Amino acid sequence: MNNKIINWFKFASPQSFYPLAGRMIPWFWALTAIFTVAGLWISFFVAPTDAQQGEGYRIIFIHVPASWMSMFIYLVLAFWAGLGLALNTRLSGMMAQALAPTGALMAFLSLWTGAFWGKPMWGTWWVWDARLTSELILFFLYIGFIALQAAIDDPRRADKAGAILALVGAVNIPIIYFSVKWWNTLHQGSSVNLAKSSMAQTMLWGMLLMALAFWMYAIAVALTRARAIILERERHTEWIKEVVR
Amino acid sequence: MQWNSVGEFFAMGGYGLYVWGSFGVCAAAMVIEPLLVSKRNRDILSSLRRERLADEIESQQS
Repeated sequence: MNNKIINWFKFASPQSFYPLAGRMIPWFWALTAIFTVAGLWISFFVAPTDAQQGEGYRIIFIHVPASWMSMFIYLVLAFWAGLGLALNTRLSGMMAQALAPTGALMAFLSLWTGAFWGKPMWGTWWVWDARLTSELILFFLYIGFIALQAAIDDPRRADKAGAILALVGAVNIPIIYFSVKWWNTLHQGSSVNLAKSSMAQTMLWGMLLMALAFWMYAIAVALTRARAIILERERHTEWIKEVVR
Repeated sequence: MQWNSVGEFFAMGGYGLYVWGSFGVCAAAMVIEPLLVSKRNRDILSSLRRERLADEIESQQS
């Protein structure tokens, strides 16, 4: 029992996490490639034409995964930030920092693909609808987190300030998620429902495979960035000197 | 499969601009981001190597 607890904390040190992440990254890239090829194949060649939206609906295969990931990455970021505040572990802040740019990119892609879908279907690139506005706020939260951390010189203090922002901002996630239920929005309701899905089976499979591809991509990039951050922040420690030897 | 020709595939039933505008930007972003991150990695590694080299030269001189 005691041993297990110690083993978990072992990977919480940047020194042991650095090589572990290095070994995991190629696997996540491989999974990204597999899921992307399978997902794109279904998206463009297997999924049928939509009865109402024609071929324009195919944007869903990247719009929904990007939107899911933008929210999910924020929750993971907030989790690491909270862990950092509670336990004062060095790695937590680095992980939160490594996730933020990828999360911001996902939020941006969600808004971008949404605009390119909204234009032909709704006749407008943008409306101040609850779903769209709360997703825009999520994008600004990511930008705010990155800017706040960059503005504070001491990394440990930057971690703490960023963590508080991340935790307070987490309230926005349920707002995005339930916005289509709570308010009358132009944005359609959720496409995937556990009880009954409104989509054709192949469309659902394409979307899930693309979501997995985005997920694996996010892990691979965030781990790579985490390694760079570890090197930058720990550059004056002894173990780093061994890494470049 | 619903495409009879390559042209039809790229036209996307008249939604070509929107579909490819979405997928194109998405693909570009997901190619550029890993490149920027790996550049950041290379930069810090080469900076650390230079630092180590400087330390070695310094210790040889003293």
